[in-house]
Amino acid sequence: MSALTLATRDSSTMVRRQLKRLLRYPSMTVQLIITPVIILLLFVYVFGGTLGTGLGGGRHTYINYVVPGILLMAAATAATGTAVMVATDMTEGIIARFRTMRISRASVLTGHVVASVIQQLLGMAVVIGIALAIGFRPNATPVEWLAAAGLLTLFVVAITWLAVALGLKSPTPEAASNAPMPLVFLPFLGSGFVPTDSMPTVLRWFAEYQPFTPIMQTVRGLLLGTPIGDNAAIATAWCTGIAAVSYLWAKKTYNKA
Amino acid sequence: MTNLAIAANGLRKSYRDKDGDKVVLDGIDLAVPEGTIFSLLGPNGAGKTTTVQILSTLIRADGGQVQVAGYDLNRQADDVRGAIGVTGQYSAVDKLLTGEENLLLMADLKHLPKREGKQKAKELLEQFDLVDAAGKPAATYSGGMQRRLDLAMTLVGDPRLIFLDEPTTGLDPRSRRAMWGIVRDLVKNGVTIFLTTQYLEEADELADRIALLDHGRLIAEGTAEELKRLIPGGHVLLKFADPSRLDAARPILGVGTPDHDALTLQVPSDGSVRAIRELLTLLDERSIDVAEMSVHTPDLDDVFLTLTGQQTDQNKEALR
Ligand SMILES: Nc1ncnc2c1ncn2[C@@H]1O[C@H](COP(=O)(O)OP(=O)(O)OP(=O)(O)O)[C@@H](O)[C@H]1O
Ligand SMILES: [Mg+2]
Repeated sequence: MSALTLATRDSSTMVRRQLKRLLRYPSMTVQLIITPVIILLLFVYVFGGTLGTGLGGGRHTYINYVVPGILLMAAATAATGTAVMVATDMTEGIIARFRTMRISRASVLTGHVVASVIQQLLGMAVVIGIALAIGFRPNATPVEWLAAAGLLTLFVVAITWLAVALGLKSPTPEAASNAPMPLVFLPFLGSGFVPTDSMPTVLRWFAEYQPFTPIMQTVRGLLLGTPIGDNAAIATAWCTGIAAVSYLWAKKTYNKA
Repeated sequence: MTNLAIAANGLRKSYRDKDGDKVVLDGIDLAVPEGTIFSLLGPNGAGKTTTVQILSTLIRADGGQVQVAGYDLNRQADDVRGAIGVTGQYSAVDKLLTGEENLLLMADLKHLPKREGKQKAKELLEQFDLVDAAGKPAATYSGGMQRRLDLAMTLVGDPRLIFLDEPTTGLDPRSRRAMWGIVRDLVKNGVTIFLTTQYLEEADELADRIALLDHGRLIAEGTAEELKRLIPGGHVLLKFADPSRLDAARPILGVGTPDHDALTLQVPSDGSVRAIRELLTLLDERSIDVAEMSVHTPDLDDVFLTLTGQQTDQNKEALR
């Protein structure tokens, strides 16, 4: 068997290991899905009326506006879970066993990433389902849906590799739960919940240049037909860059330990 | 000449901490022939686990030439990994998975065909008395059960060289004997075992060769018999009712160290029945009564305590 076949085989073994673990202890997954749903309901029903008026519409205008931000926040919340999972896993003896076996080195990490990505995409599907039920009305064609799904998947892959690297860097699982925290706030400090031009200058500058904003703008454009401009290219570049750097960082950290 | 499963020369390792470099392994030489059991014996902190971790590619040595299973430890680490199985000192099972899932995970990682993997898992569950617990998460296992699962996982894929770091620590006497039986069976099939232990009895029972590790140095090496010969031999301790009997006995026997306070005479002896009978007959003929008698044959404990004791004394000497 070639090195690549072996790496693929070991990685899929590790993905199965991780999925089994996630299924056996579903409380984490459930919590990761419920959190963004609660935020969605909170923003739509508590703040949605007022914020919608500010956008020149009502509650329904706001549902359409906020969903992309909620989706990214869901991914960021899940990243926290992934970092904790990885940090916890690294304290387990089984990892030492893996290191003494002739298996593809990165496969343990790939297992975490793929399983988390699956978990998160399911979570996003739930959020979209609930959003549709309470009045989210996208006007996307199937191709646009596909493009949005593609970009979100790329984003989830990137943020998950980042979470894995942060988890590996953390000395304890507790520390790992704090490291990705800032990511959860990035949708707020971007165009996730209110348009950036309503913000004071310094904040607006940050909001327009941070990676989450072009991603949210692109998803919004694909699903709701708002202008996309060069956001799609910038978003793709950010995601690819974060994924690549985090992958290398994670791999290096794992090999060094 | 038989092939060596492990050949190490001048193995060194130190850890850096607050007060400078702490030398953990200070030039270790090892030669373990294939198909034998080699036991590394040493007190807490001697460097046993560190040795196992280096030989099993988990950490890198600072210096030394090492070949494991015929491969260079540094340049061919992956080939070494393909040939060995490791049961570390601390549990290395996936606690969230069941016993069976753990074994199947190993089978997949060893790239066994599905059917073969299932078969192997089944056999091992039976061999290690884990059939009833097979479907329960390993987190619910007792310490001894986890230990057994740990070793069973190591055996998936039939490694030719197995490292066992204190495999029976924490096991009850019955489980310990069962573990010994398993180790013996493995060696019968040509597997090489590198075993660390704090139990001298265990080394004595199992090992073909024993090395004593203390403060990062090998202070003695050989078969159990050879090691026992290293220290003052066995003796018979005779206790007398009064000093006059003790004084009378000494010239008759011709040898022995008297202790006038304890009223004892320590006579060198191999402890055999014949030697003791001769000794007692000699005293009987002169009507010298012996109040009490005890036979002392040297065991590895004596070797261990004597040799590791010397080492600490020397260190103290060096400190002065
Ligand atoms: N990662 C580390 N960093 C610093 N010092 C270490 C590290 N690992 C081990 N040591 C030190 O190396 C020495 C040898 O440790 P090792 O674990 O090899 O001993 P051992 O013989 O296995 O002991 P035990 O019987 O308690 O398991 C100890 O003094 C320990 O403190
Ligand atoms: Mg140890």
